[in-house]
Parts: sequence; C-alpha cells; structure tokens
Amino acid sequence: MTAVTPAPPSTAVDPAPVSAVPPSRPGGRPRLRTAAGFAFGAALLFAVAPLVLSDFRLSLLAKYLCVAMVAVGIGIAWGRGGMLTLGQGVFFGLGGYAMAMHLKLADAGPAGMPDFMQLYGQLDELPLWWRPFASPWFALPATVLLPMAVAFGLGSLVFRRRVRGAYFAILSQALAAAMVILLIGQQGTTGGTNGLTDIKGFFGYDLDDPVNQRMVYFIIAGTLLALLALARQLIHSRYGELLVAVRDGEERVRFLGYDPASVKLVAYVVAAGMAGLAGALFVPAVGIISPALIGIVPSIEFVIGVAVGGRATLLGPVLGAVAVAWARTALSERFPGTWTYLQGLLFVVVVAFLPGGLASLWALARRRDGSAAPARRGWSPLARRRAARRTEVPAA
Amino acid sequence: MSGDRLDGLSVRDVRVSFDGFTAVDGVSLEVPAGDIRFLIGPNGAGKTTLVDAITGLVRATGSVRFGADELLGRPVHRISRLGIGRTFQTSSVFEELSVLQNLDIAAGARRGWATLARRRRGVPDEVAAALETIGLAERAEHLAGTLAHGQKQWLEIGMLLVQDARLLLLDEPVAGMSHEERDATGALLETVSRDRTVVVIEHDMDFLRRFARSVTVLHAGRVLSEGTVAQVQADPRVQEVYLGHPVDAGSAPTGLEA
Amino acid sequence: MTVLFGQLFTGISIGAVLLLIALGLALTFGQMNVINMAHGEFIMAGAYTTYVLQQSITGAGLSLVVALPVAFVVAGTMGALLEVLLIRRLYARPLDTLLVTWGVSLMLQQLARDVFGSPNVQTRAPELLTGNVALPGGLTIANNRLFILGLALAAVAALTLALRLTPLGRRIRAVVQNRDLAAVSGIATSRVDRTTFFVGSGLAGLAGVALTLLGPIGPTMGTNLIIDAFLVVVVGGIGQLKGSVIVAFALGVLQATGEYLTTLSVAKVIVFVAIVAFLQWRPQGMFTLRTRSLA
Repeated sequence: MTAVTPAPPSTAVDPAPVSAVPPSRPGGRPRLRTAAGFAFGAALLFAVAPLVLSDFRLSLLAKYLCVAMVAVGIGIAWGRGGMLTLGQGVFFGLGGYAMAMHLKLADAGPAGMPDFMQLYGQLDELPLWWRPFASPWFALPATVLLPMAVAFGLGSLVFRRRVRGAYFAILSQALAAAMVILLIGQQGTTGGTNGLTDIKGFFGYDLDDPVNQRMVYFIIAGTLLALLALARQLIHSRYGELLVAVRDGEERVRFLGYDPASVKLVAYVVAAGMAGLAGALFVPAVGIISPALIGIVPSIEFVIGVAVGGRATLLGPVLGAVAVAWARTALSERFPGTWTYLQGLLFVVVVAFLPGGLASLWALARRRDGSAAPARRGWSPLARRRAARRTEVPAA
Repeated sequence: MSGDRLDGLSVRDVRVSFDGFTAVDGVSLEVPAGDIRFLIGPNGAGKTTLVDAITGLVRATGSVRFGADELLGRPVHRISRLGIGRTFQTSSVFEELSVLQNLDIAAGARRGWATLARRRRGVPDEVAAALETIGLAERAEHLAGTLAHGQKQWLEIGMLLVQDARLLLLDEPVAGMSHEERDATGALLETVSRDRTVVVIEHDMDFLRRFARSVTVLHAGRVLSEGTVAQVQADPRVQEVYLGHPVDAGSAPTGLEA
Repeated sequence: MTVLFGQLFTGISIGAVLLLIALGLALTFGQMNVINMAHGEFIMAGAYTTYVLQQSITGAGLSLVVALPVAFVVAGTMGALLEVLLIRRLYARPLDTLLVTWGVSLMLQQLARDVFGSPNVQTRAPELLTGNVALPGGLTIANNRLFILGLALAAVAALTLALRLTPLGRRIRAVVQNRDLAAVSGIATSRVDRTTFFVGSGLAGLAGVALTLLGPIGPTMGTNLIIDAFLVVVVGGIGQLKGSVIVAFALGVLQATGEYLTTLSVAKVIVFVAIVAFLQWRPQGMFTLRTRSLA
C-alpha cells in the first residue's frame, strides 16, 4: 500500500527547489516554439494556401476555417470545461444573421429594403428590429456581442442551478431547435427556410470579384490565428487550470470557495463569441446564412471535428474541423450517401474508442519516441483513464 | 499563514432529513478552537451528513456557527470562503492537474479575474510552504492522478491549508492507509491544529486513541456520548451501541472495549 | 369555453404523442441514464415496420394490429443490439454515449434512405381511425388522436405494472437504485440493462406505429421528435415515470395554448423558455430520486 505508484519517467529528472520556476513552465524556449508555430501557421495560411489553391478551393478553405473557429470555442467549452454544447449553431447563426442583415441593407441602399421582403410582399417598411443593423457600428459588434449575450443569459440561469452534463447538452440542442423553428416561422422578416441569400457586397467591395474573395479569406485566416492565440492564453492561464478542475470536480471546486457557475459561464460565453464571429465571417465567404446551416444537425456536426482532432487540445479541434469539412466536400460530391455513413462511423469510432481524438495518437507516438512529454501534457481523457488505472491497482 | 484568528465550531440542534428519513436528529456540539475532535459512530449514524450540513451540501435546520459567522443557509462556496474546508471519503483531487496546480487552485479562491487571466509564474509562498508540510515538494510537477492513495489524502489536506481553512473537516482521512502513512497523517494533523480547529470522521480506533483530543459519538442521528477518549470508551451506552450491532462490526472499532 | 376545451384537447393529444415517444426514454435515459440519440430512429423503424407490413397485409386495421407487436420487437431488438455493441462500453461516459448514438442515428437514417428512398411515404390508416368523435358543444376529436391517447395510457399502465409487479421490473428498479448492491445480490446487471434497453426501444417502435396515423413518415422523422421527448424526461425528473407523464401533457397543453395565442414557431420558443424557467425552480426535474453521491 505504500509507494506503489511508479514515478512517471519525465519529471523525475529535476528535483529543483520548489519555489523555483517549474521546469516545464516556460521561460524562453517553449515560448519561442509557440511563436514559431504561429509563424508556421501564418505562412501556411497566408502564403502557401493562396499560392497552391485555386480561387474556388481557397473559398472552400475560407469556409472550413470558419467552422474551425467554432471548433476552437467548442474545444474550450467542451474539451476543457466539460460542457458539451450541441447548440453552437445558434451562436454561429446569430453572428451570421447579424452580419447578413447589415450586408443586405447595405446592398439595398439607404432607402431600400432587402429583396426578399418585397418578394413576400407583406411589409411596407423595414421592421423596427432590422433598423439598427443598417449601421456597421451596431451590426459588427452585434455579431459577437449578441451571441455572447444569449449565452450569458442561458448560461447564468442554467449553470447557477447546476444543470449540467447531459441535461445541459439537451437544453443547448433544444435551443438550436427553437431558434430554427423561430427563423422559419417568421419568414417575412427572416427569409424563412431560404435564409438571407444572394449577398453581393462586403463594405463596398463586390463579393463576386475573386480578388475581394481572397481578401475575405485573408481576414478569416487572420481571425482564426487571433482566436487561437486567445484560446492558448486562456488554456494556459490560471483560469484554464481552474476550468479543467471544474470539469473534473465541480463540487470539489465549490468547496474550495469558487463559484463553478461563473467559471463555466466564462468558457461558454467565450465559445459563443467565437461561434458568432465565425458566423459573421462565413456570410461574406459563402454569401448565405440560413436555418439549414445552424440547426440541430449542423450544430452537432461542429462537434465531430473537435472530437476527431482531440477535444482537449488547442490545435486538435482546428485540424479536426478542417479535415472533416474537407472530407465532407470531397466525398459528398461524389458519393453523397457514403459520406453520411462515414460521418456516423466517425462519431462512433472516434468518440467510443479514441476519446482523446487524433491528438492522443500523436501524444502516444511522442511518448514512444522517448522524448517524454512533461506530465502536465497528459490532459487527454485517454491519459486520465491511464492515470486512473495506474492508481487503482494498489488500492484494490 | 493563518492562525491570527482561532475559532471554535458551535453546532446547535441541527436536523437534516431526506424525504421523511431523518439522518441528523437534533445534534448539538461544541468544538473549541484548536481542538482535534473525532466524530465516530456506526454506519448511518449521520457523521458525514452532519459535515455535509456544516459545509452547505445538504439543507439543515438549527444553527451552525464558526466564530461569529452563521453557516447554515449560505451557499457552499461562501461557507468555504469563511474558512471552512473539508475532504471527502473518496479522494477528490483533480487527477489531471499537477500537484502544484491543485494547490495553486486551492489557494486562489480570492483571486480576481485579472490574476486568473494570467499564467501562473513561479510558486506562491503559501503553496511552497504547504508542499513542504505535506511532504510532496518532490512531486510538485506530477499529475495528482499518479499519486499513491495516501499522498492524495495529504494533497487534500494541503489544499485545505493553502485555502486558508481555519476549520478542517476530514472524512476518513486514513482509510486505506498503511501504518506509516497513518502515523505521518497523525503528525500532520497535530502540526495543522496548532493554528486551526480540526474535526475528523474516522473508524480507525487505533488512530483515534493516538491523535484525538476529544471525541463525539453519534448514533442514529443523535449525540450518544462526548468527552475524552477514555471517557467515551468507558461509556456503557457506547459499548452497547457497538456491541449491539454486529453488522457494524467490520467497520467499527476493533478494540474499543480494550 | 368551447375554444378552451378545444385547446385543451389539442394539447392533450400533442401530449399523448410526446408521452408515447418519451416513455421509452423515461426507461433508458430516466432509469439507466443513457442518452440514446438513436431513439428517434427506433421510432422511425417502428413507422417503417408498419409501412412494410402494409405491403403484404392489405387490411389497414389488421396491419396496424400486427404492426404494434412486430414494431415493438423490431425496435427493441435494434435497441438491445445497440446496448450490447456500443452503449455497454460507455456507461461511465454519458456525454460520449450521446455522441456515439448520434453517429448510429446518422447511419440508420441513411440506411432508411437507401432502402425506402428519401421522400416521405404514406401509410394507410384504418377506416375506423379516420373519422371524428363529436362531443356535445360542437367539439370534435379525431379518432386517430383518441387512439394514440389510449395507446399512450395503456403503455404507461403496462410499464408501471411491469416495473412494480414482475420480477424483471423489480430487478430493473434494483439496478437503477443501486447497481453495485444489485450486482452482489446476484442480479445479472448486464442482462437487466439489455432487457431494459429492449423494452425502452420497443416502446419507441410503438410510438413509430402510432405516428403513421398522423402523417407521412420519412428517414429524418426521428430527429425533431427526439429533442422534445428528451426535454419531457429532463423536466419530469429521472428515475420515475409519473414525472414524464405529467410533463408530457403539461408541455402539450402549453404548446397548444401558445400556438393558439401566437404562432407555432413562437409557441416553441415559449415552451423552451418555460422549461428553462422550470429548471430554475427544480433543476433536478419534477420528481427525483435522492442519492448521496457528490455528482
């Protein structure tokens, strides 16, 4: 029963005085590595991709990168915070609709009304709640703040009453369902099932022009990098550690004097803001926002990329989201049915048998390599189970 | 660290019931400042439920005061911020965080958002001191999930120390520990109680005899007996409760009668 | 007054459908705490079972009577298979179960598309169930709605009795309340799990048969139903049937009233807000089994 735990190989090297800076907590080198990583990513997105991809492929990539932004948020809320949010489509949609409303109004000109409103012919003038979106000073902040406000409202009600786990997942999904039904029902002012389509201009730039499409792509790529930097700071901050603690032992954290509801709320609201921004940028990239893009099904599809890449890692969700979105395009063009089977299979295989996602394979390979990762890297659920198994044996 | 204020715990007529079943039935007890009080009793006596009530996990009627503060009716995290800390029967450290991170989180409930948003640099003094006290300085960087059972319990106690808890409520801290680990834990309790009040739920009678300063025996949700170890052992009602419940013999106390 | 009663009946009949869909979930989610997103596809399986049977049994009435037990067995078998193959490995990870079963549901939907085609298909309703019952005061109730109400209540009654009286029911309740204790008392918990899943999924099959009476059926019919049904169980509370029963009818009436006063889409939002508000008051749902665990 005594010292039965095998010491992890990595950390035994450094019996430094405790109050020194811990060995794996970076002074210079890892920070350098991060900077190099970001530079590499930036080079890939800003130089290589525009060079090797056709205009068409580049605009597809822009779309994938928007999905990846949502994934970054889900990685924080779900991977780090344990909140499986199945309603990110709502926030994506709020951002997207806010942006699309502004662009539609800008297309229509100062006195005009969006084309679909005239088409359905029920309205003589612009509905009141559309009006503020004519101003970019309202519409642009709204793409992020609106989703954050909704997440704050729902989250503060729900987390404070300790609605969590599956209950929370189902509620978030119900929110997506309600939002879609509302949008479809209010066809006269929302465009109904069609959504807001046929968006022509983006702050004075013609979206049909490939050069401007390229500009939109660069904006999206830059935003994704910025969000990744934000997510990285969040994950490695004290708050990030606290969030993991709340995920693994909400009650325990409460007994340490924290209110877990606020901790979770921050992650949820941040994730919502990221999804909103993604939705807003999705609109100029694709030219449409509609209920079919934000309902129950797309909302849960946002999650699969995160699961495939590795929910608790920083880059996993991004790479997973892009890979899944790419595979979807590649396969569903040729074999539409096959893709659905494959997607279903992905959910089953990855979540059931590789809960740490591809990132856990990567981590495993590195450990085999001998270049043992520091203990704190092992945050994947896989590592958790391994750790649990290791300690269970002697207790039995 | 703490200790500038040493407070006692005062429990008055506390009752807890679940769907008609009364788990704690009017318990009153006084734990003077700096005491190491052991709560014992057969399974189902209401020991853990009493601690749950004190820490706000279950709703209770009556009054619980720590120093001047009334605890009942406050949410769990507020009670915790008044200096009440507890451990659980099953160890509940954050297994995917390192020992250091566990302690740092425990130390940080009063931190503002500005501090939370930044990285931890270095080791806060109180965390370093706690690492020494609980003897895990060498393992600061290890994941808590890789610690041995006893070490996890110590980490929990360490978390209470950095949390600045002035009342420690420990639920079976030495269950499943080896003899050496028990001794170390007992010594730790004595160190800790110099400037804190400690309440321990424990079945291990040997441990109790060595480290308890006072004992309260609960039975069926009520206080059955109270006093020093010797007084309680001599109490015929206590002997009857333990001997009259052969089912409890496994968990109850070998050698209470000795 | 007539309007009021009319809305009440509409609400009750919406509630009956909800109840029938949610009843199986009350067993698998409510009793076993498994979130099975493929439950909606078991409903679909029940509906298509009716459709297939009608290809060979021409009498609509007879085919409906035959379809009920057959759909129960078909959907139940699918559920038991799912439990054995996947869910069993995931009992400790409820959120992952949700995602895995969602994947299964995607595949089952595609399977239905490949076998029956993407467009919705229509089944024939028996003559007896196409009319209306006239009530005093000018009210009418559609026969098929009445049938579904009867079926839902019968299913609740049968399930309640089975849980209370049969040895299997007692075992299920024992496992729900304390899995470890049940296991050491000699109950084969894994067999109980499988059976519970069979029955819960079978009930989804029954719901599918009932839904063929209300309109055309299609591969994605389950997706939209399932969320409402989950909400019923969440609000009703885990571990007991009566909560789900009350909540199904309450939500049905709320939906109908909201629809009458506003529109269908606004009513949906009203229901959602009401649910969030209700959970403020009772976060564990209407009825709950108390446990001592930290979670």
